[in-house]
Amino acid sequence: MKELSLHLLDIAQNSLAAGARHVALGVEEADGEITLTVADDGRGMSPELLARVTDPFTTTRTTRKVGMGLPLLRLAAEQTGGTLAVESREGVGTTVTAVFHAGHIDCPPLGDLAATVALLAQGLSGETELTYMHKGPQGAFTFDTAQVRAILGPEVPLSLPEVAQWMEGYVAEGEAGLRPEAPPERGTRLDTVREGTT
Amino acid sequence: MKSLEELRAIRERMQRQIDLREQSDEDIRVVVGMATCGIAAGARPVLSAFLEEVSKRGLQHVAVTQTGCIGVCRLEPIAEVYVPGEEKVTYVKLTPEKVPRIVAEHLVNHSPVVEYTIGAAE
Ligand SMILES: Nc1ncnc2c1ncn2[C@@H]1O[C@H](COP(=O)(O)OP(=O)(O)OP(=O)(O)O)[C@@H](O)[C@H]1O
Ligand code: FES
Ligand SMILES: [Mg+2]
Repeated sequence: MKELSLHLLDIAQNSLAAGARHVALGVEEADGEITLTVADDGRGMSPELLARVTDPFTTTRTTRKVGMGLPLLRLAAEQTGGTLAVESREGVGTTVTAVFHAGHIDCPPLGDLAATVALLAQGLSGETELTYMHKGPQGAFTFDTAQVRAILGPEVPLSLPEVAQWMEGYVAEGEAGLRPEAPPERGTRLDTVREGTT
Repeated sequence: MKSLEELRAIRERMQRQIDLREQSDEDIRVVVGMATCGIAAGARPVLSAFLEEVSKRGLQHVAVTQTGCIGVCRLEPIAEVYVPGEEKVTYVKLTPEKVPRIVAEHLVNHSPVVEYTIGAAE
């Protein structure tokens, strides 16, 4: 994965596949470390599955015999001198925490967090909510699909393209607000459409 | 500024349209594969491009949805297009640049872009 935000998108898909009603995404930048968290209240994992879930190729999916998401994240974090931790309890939920050393040459950029958050929200079922919190060095930005739904009312879904675009723009502006001085980095909203070509 | 006001305006606009049109079995569906291999291959900007294009053209009868694995990793990013009454079309090795043509020719004019399909790739 070329961006930390793409790992976040992928790991959050595990939570949705596990039937979570609430998925909480976190990004925290502090003391030279970037910590990504994905916490859910989905079906959780058995101790046996949990024990081997970050080894390459453990999966319960049926369409192919290997799982790549968590092993790739572990590899990416460890390559920077960081760590991956997975806590899970059956019937309760799962929390994945990945720590990256931001200064390490192998640390991927955060990338387009707004696209990740907006597209996850766009794909949610009606029963699931997503929250997002990014704590940067100068402040924090939060986003909560329950608030968006409260404004949209029961008839207008998050899946509508117009709503997805609004969410992406809204989060992108929140992200930009965390970096008042810096010029737009790669991975801001304007880059979204070009990213696939590089 | 993207404000909550703007979101309220979207709600008003969409509610009026939802009231006006028939419900959804007749919808065209675009399904983008968002499994690990799809994401790594560039599915996120492809999905963004579909949403952008469909919203720009105001295509109310098109639903853009996501799924996990579509099953052919080496051809990702993949999207399937379901037009009611027509055979499913599978587009492979997508890029955001390919999306406007698929929307214009297939979703609007019902003529699949054959050169981007799985049939042409295999
Ligand atoms: N949040 C979660 N809740 C419950 N089970 C999980 C969760 N995350 C992972 N798992 C279990 O761990 C397995 C491995 O996850 P991983 O992301 O590595 O691969 P995958 O999702 O199976 O496939 P891929 O991510 O490559 O598309 C999953 O199949 C699932 O059984
Ligand atoms: S895992 Fe690659 S297409 Fe499904
Ligand atoms: Mg996975």
